[in-house]
Amino acid sequence: MSGFPTLLYKELLRFWRVWFQTVVAPIITAMLYLLIFSHALANHVQVYPGISYVSFLVPGLVMMSLLQNAFANSSSSLIQSKITGNIVFVLLPPISWFEFYLAYLCGSVFRGVMVGAGVWLGTLAFAPPQLSHPLWSLVFALLGGGLLGTLGIIAGIWSEKFDQLAAFQNFIIMPLTFLSGVFYSIHSLPSFWFAVSRFNPVFYLIDGFRYGFFGASDVSPILSLLVAGTCFVALSAVCLLMLQRGYKLRH
Amino acid sequence: MTVAALSVRGLNKRFGSLHALKDVSLEVAQGEFFALLGPNGAGKTTLISILAGLTRADAGEARIMGHCVQRDYRQARRLLGVVPQELAFDPFLTVRETLQIQSGYFGLRHNHVWIDEILEQLGLQDKANSNMRALSGGMKRRVLVAQALVHKPPVIILDEPTAGVDVELRQSLWQFIRQLNRDGHTIILTTHYLEEAESLCERIAMLKLGQIVALDRTSNLLRSGGELHLEIRLDRAEVPVALQARARILGERRFGLHLASAADIEPVLAAVREAGARIEDISLRHPDLEDIFVQIMERT
Ligand SMILES: Nc1ncnc2c1ncn2[C@@H]1O[C@H](COP(=O)(O)OP(=O)(O)OP(=O)(O)O)[C@@H](O)[C@H]1O
Ligand SMILES: [Mg+2]
Repeated sequence: MSGFPTLLYKELLRFWRVWFQTVVAPIITAMLYLLIFSHALANHVQVYPGISYVSFLVPGLVMMSLLQNAFANSSSSLIQSKITGNIVFVLLPPISWFEFYLAYLCGSVFRGVMVGAGVWLGTLAFAPPQLSHPLWSLVFALLGGGLLGTLGIIAGIWSEKFDQLAAFQNFIIMPLTFLSGVFYSIHSLPSFWFAVSRFNPVFYLIDGFRYGFFGASDVSPILSLLVAGTCFVALSAVCLLMLQRGYKLRH
Repeated sequence: MTVAALSVRGLNKRFGSLHALKDVSLEVAQGEFFALLGPNGAGKTTLISILAGLTRADAGEARIMGHCVQRDYRQARRLLGVVPQELAFDPFLTVRETLQIQSGYFGLRHNHVWIDEILEQLGLQDKANSNMRALSGGMKRRVLVAQALVHKPPVIILDEPTAGVDVELRQSLWQFIRQLNRDGHTIILTTHYLEEAESLCERIAMLKLGQIVALDRTSNLLRSGGELHLEIRLDRAEVPVALQARARILGERRFGLHLASAADIEPVLAAVREAGARIEDISLRHPDLEDIFVQIMERT
């Protein structure tokens, strides 16, 4: 038997033991965003014909919460284990680098999807449910959780201190998620920022996810899938290479 | 011939400009009780980390029961249990969960009987459902020992398992480890309590600045320091001229000598008499591992 199921179980247990901080708190945060933005902008913005701004906001917020929590899960788990030293307990057993990757990845996706689903349920109080292509949404949800979960593993391995991880979060994750069309359509941006957004993989995740809700999006969902999928494969390759080499984990 | 429990050949490790291990070669047979001794910074933990796959050697090869710790790491790690020197624990878990999860990492999911036995042997049964955070330092150390044993590894390495542990547990821990050794487990330990190593281990390696400076059976090492150890305190500071070459100054007016046999005492006393000195205190004993350790570390 392999150590993978237990490592995954431990990763799930770790965030579930503090579910208020790791699941409920981010849902509340997303609800606050929804409340404030919809109140402030509802009468001024319409992105797609026939879709209210509140409805437009829902998939973006769900995805943003999902992505941020997927990243937070693997990165904080790894940095905490490294700093407290209990990382040795997973380095001593015969767990392969691939199983290691898979366990942290699945833990991240699970928490991200859980928070995302919670946010979505919360938004039902503000906007009627709308999911015209649920499979597309599911695919982008999993892909987004996987992408940011992988980035979290990379950041967790790379950082040696909490400050470094915080920098990673503030200078990479935050801009990527905020400059991705969560609150607006990128077509409404000045041309420079429009061009920049098109290089942001998170934009494709959110746009594709939104397509699943409304059947309308800024770019074709196939293109979004290709871009997000390619990024996921590339990041996973980097991450697996780091793990296989023992980068910063096994001197 | 049966395969060695542990074999290390030409191991080198550098941390920047620091040469932490220099060409270390070592073999420990199955069933041995072996001590790895050396002052702080000698490289003991570095060597253990390489065996455990926590650190990679720059050159050389390490094997556990014939399995290379790099190429055949899965098998090597399955056969090895390591008690790390640094106290670490998972603050989210209880003691029992810690052991169940550790066991699961080795693919053993129904290991209750053995886990209960380890808990009992290490005096942890009362704490089984306590959170790890609530344990004292010594208790945490016991859990660390327990974690290394969950998969019943044939080769067990303990890196200072008795640091910060009270006398009672130290004795029951050694009793348990001895029992494991009698059951066929190979034990390798590091400790700064040399009397522990002397009474427990059949063979000893001494490491200094990354090099092995002594490797022998404990009994041979104990003999190598001379049969007897004589300590004398005089009424004056100068050591009698005839003894100066052999004496080690131990303190003010105190010096020590290694004697090949009891018959050597008389010439020493004669030298003291000739120098006109008076003996204020005298003691004679067999050298212990600490004497030998000090000698070897000074000599090399
Ligand atoms: N990760 C590291 N980076 C840099 N230097 C290191 C590292 N690990 C160990 N060293 C150095 O290598 C040398 C050997 O250290 P090691 O921990 O193996 O000693 P030790 O024999 O276990 O000592 P102690 O009895 O204090 O535990 C020391 O000089 C130490 O400072
Ligand atoms: Mg050490």
